[in-house]
Amino acid sequence: MLHGTTIILISVAYLGVLFAIAYFADGRADAGRSVIASPYVYSLSLAVYATAWTFYGSVGRAASDGVGFLPIYIGPTLMIALWWVVLRKILRISKQNRITSLADFIASRYGKSALLGGLVTVIAVIGILPYISLQLKAVSSSFSILVQYPDIIMPSKAGTSSIREDAALWMALLLAAFTIAFGTRHLDAAEHHQGMVAAIAFESLVKLLAFLAAGAFVTFGMYDGFGDLFARASSEPRLREMMTPLEGVAGGYSNWAWLTVLSMMAIMFLPRQFQVAVVENVDEKHLTKAIWMFPLYMLAINIFVLPIAFGGLLRFPDGSVDADTFVLTLPMAEKHELLALLVFIGGLSAATGMVIVETIALSTMVCNDLVMPVLLRLRRLRLNERPDLTGLLLGIRRGAIVLILILGYLYFRLAGEAYALVSIGLISFAAVAQFAPAILGGIFWKGGTRAGALWGLSAGFGIWLYTLLLPAIARSGWLPVSLLDEGPFGIALLKPLQLFGLAGLDSISHAMIWSMIANVGAYVGVSLSASPNADEHRQASVFVDVFRHSGEAGGARFWRGTASVPELYNLLARFLGSSAADEAFEDYARARNLTWPDSALVADAELVHYVEVQLAGAIGGASARVMVASVVKEETLTIEEVRDILDEASQVVVYSHRLEQKSRELEAATAELREANERLEELDRLKDDFVSTVTHELRTPLTSIRAFTEILLDDPDVELGQRRKFLVIITKETERLTRLINQVLDLAKIESGKAEWAKTPVDMKDVIADTLTAMGQVFKEKNIEVIARVPDRVSPVIADLDRMIQVMLNLLSNAAKFCDQSRGRIEITLVEKSGTLQVDVRDNGRGISREHQVEIFSKFHQVGDKLTDKPHGSGLGLHISRQIIEHFGGRLWVDSDVGCGASFSFSVPTSAASPALAA
Amino acid sequence: MSDFQSKGQRFVALCLLGTLLFNYPILALFNVPGTVLGVPVLYVYMFVAWAALIAAMAWLAESKR
Repeated sequence: MLHGTTIILISVAYLGVLFAIAYFADGRADAGRSVIASPYVYSLSLAVYATAWTFYGSVGRAASDGVGFLPIYIGPTLMIALWWVVLRKILRISKQNRITSLADFIASRYGKSALLGGLVTVIAVIGILPYISLQLKAVSSSFSILVQYPDIIMPSKAGTSSIREDAALWMALLLAAFTIAFGTRHLDAAEHHQGMVAAIAFESLVKLLAFLAAGAFVTFGMYDGFGDLFARASSEPRLREMMTPLEGVAGGYSNWAWLTVLSMMAIMFLPRQFQVAVVENVDEKHLTKAIWMFPLYMLAINIFVLPIAFGGLLRFPDGSVDADTFVLTLPMAEKHELLALLVFIGGLSAATGMVIVETIALSTMVCNDLVMPVLLRLRRLRLNERPDLTGLLLGIRRGAIVLILILGYLYFRLAGEAYALVSIGLISFAAVAQFAPAILGGIFWKGGTRAGALWGLSAGFGIWLYTLLLPAIARSGWLPVSLLDEGPFGIALLKPLQLFGLAGLDSISHAMIWSMIANVGAYVGVSLSASPNADEHRQASVFVDVFRHSGEAGGARFWRGTASVPELYNLLARFLGSSAADEAFEDYARARNLTWPDSALVADAELVHYVEVQLAGAIGGASARVMVASVVKEETLTIEEVRDILDEASQVVVYSHRLEQKSRELEAATAELREANERLEELDRLKDDFVSTVTHELRTPLTSIRAFTEILLDDPDVELGQRRKFLVIITKETERLTRLINQVLDLAKIESGKAEWAKTPVDMKDVIADTLTAMGQVFKEKNIEVIARVPDRVSPVIADLDRMIQVMLNLLSNAAKFCDQSRGRIEITLVEKSGTLQVDVRDNGRGISREHQVEIFSKFHQVGDKLTDKPHGSGLGLHISRQIIEHFGGRLWVDSDVGCGASFSFSVPTSAASPALAA
Repeated sequence: MSDFQSKGQRFVALCLLGTLLFNYPILALFNVPGTVLGVPVLYVYMFVAWAALIAAMAWLAESKR
């Protein structure tokens, strides 16, 4: 039999292990080798979400409505998917402003309002107290059940209740000792409690292992796996109905959805979750792993909930055993002493983890956002005289821890019996969900104001008090139940559980609907009804645009005034102690390449802001602001000035963006200009070449004409035959000159696009026949054999008849010039293929080498050596011909090898193939 | 920064997908009698969809882009 003392000894030993781990981790942290700087520890510490409520209560809820417990874990999974957007932002804001609690976060966002911080603290404490007492209740119940081993007797039926109440009290006191030891060991501006986090991570492992062990035992030890267990359960009609539990229940899906939303809020805004996820976070990058490891943890701890619930319902069919205790009572019923003890330790770890973190978070809030602002205001003068306030701060926190735990214990004694575990937890969830509009609105919407947040929170919290806490009190017997059944003063519309006649929902969904409408409505409505003041405007910008401003200097932009370095130092030393203050100033000086203390530190806006942020870590944003203001002479900024600063900043950003764009555009334009310039230079060079070539070509015939005319002029005695010969030369040269000038003009026209082109159907057969006739005399004189292969019918092409004749004449005269001088032979072929007509003119001359085949088409190119050969033409013919053919959509090319003659070909599309040209 | 933003948008999309999977009417499709390997369909769906969602979150969180 497990003796009560044995259990207590083991429990105390377990807490001793926690102490050891926390002590070790704190030691490592002091030595600079942190054990919590790991994404795995971070993920495990987040699992403080799974409390005794998860450990025992999930099974209880599963036993009454199947999968109904799952939204409490699926909701967080959905929310964690948004962490990349939401939590990253909250983390960044909190790190930059040294925010150390939820109350501080909200107070800082809305102009460092002490009133708002106080309200948040009150809501958090009242909202969370039931949840803390629930942990104490779970521990004491499990203890009183285990102590009865091997009998299974529910605590409510046990004769003496003193033993379990004592257990809860001792538990509370032990936890207070632990929390004080590791939560308020020293005052740290960053509020990191490394030892505590390490202990919490360890507890997360213990409770997961204990629960998995119990689940595996039920599923595989008592039954033959999942299939067997569910098969046996479904053989009982009562249990079979639970397998599709969402069916038929009025508002089943709606309750489900609201529970999901509620849990999404809880994972963000429960003070303990904010503590581990934000305040204790040492590295933003840990989020990468936590985003999937923490949901995985929740999945794992839930796998066996349904099997245990069904196992319990099958094992204890008469309902004598509370389903909340199945995890513990099943191993007990099967006489597995050690497993039962392990489960008890698991439940203990779940409860203690929650209580420790929650009380640290709450005590920070109570100290920084409730007590300190009041003290600083009430007894400001006296506090200012005290050289060291660290002792006072730590004292307040320690007192708050003890007070919270005592209150939790009292709540458990007075009201704890009225509800099942799940209902108590959900009441707390609904309370912290009231923070959602002020926080989420605050980090994404600059328009939210202090008054809006105050009214929103008050309205939401008021509805929560009326629809959730009031009924809870009434059910505990402290208020008449008629209040619930008939409404206050018999007004049915005001029934707390059916406000304004809204029925058919469970109490949580009902409360969520009304409180969210009131909360969001008041927050948005009041925020919009008045414009924010300078402080609110400044803080809105610091929060919403956190990713735009870099570093902690973001807030320094908004400060103007005069201060002295020693005063700032003394202020910090009073609250943090002189060694921490020295360290902070050394860090500050080092970052600016200065030394502390003997240095040229200037008490400028940056230093004042730095000190305020450091101080905020210790006493909260609102109090820090008051304290800093007390030692510096500050010029109050008007709302216009804050706006100007913000506008300036955003305008600078806009200007620099515009400048960048302008310079990019300029670069592009410059590149274009450069290119255009290069092209122009090239054209200029070509033009010069052209002019010089043309003049050269003109001068050759002119020189010869002039020479012969001078002979004729100077010597009247030239004989008639000779004179005639000279005149023939002169005529020929003149003709050449004319032809050259005509061609140059022609080319100029074509290239400038001013040439007139007729577009008529042209029969290439006729063109060939005409040119052959025209050239007939030349061929005959040179004794050239001409072979023409022309089909009987070809499609017409759309072209200018004269121009086509010009091309054909050019090709034929070239061929006549270059074919074999003694046995000349020219072949002309006309073929029609696939929509084009092709004409080949082949000669049997010496051919054109490859390297010349491109050049011959350029202007003034003449084949042959210019020095020895007499020019055979202007050198423009082929160039013009090619331009003509290309104008009609065809092409002109040459095929040749040295010694094998040359074949000039051109092809033009037939009229059928070029409808565009035909038009 | 733009990488962070696009990652954020993917996470938001994932959250919306999850919300869809775990609410009416998708949930109602699986809220039927019957078993898979002896386990009621609804339970199997819940845990499989949940695990898939976590896997997608892991993949997205660890991805470099």
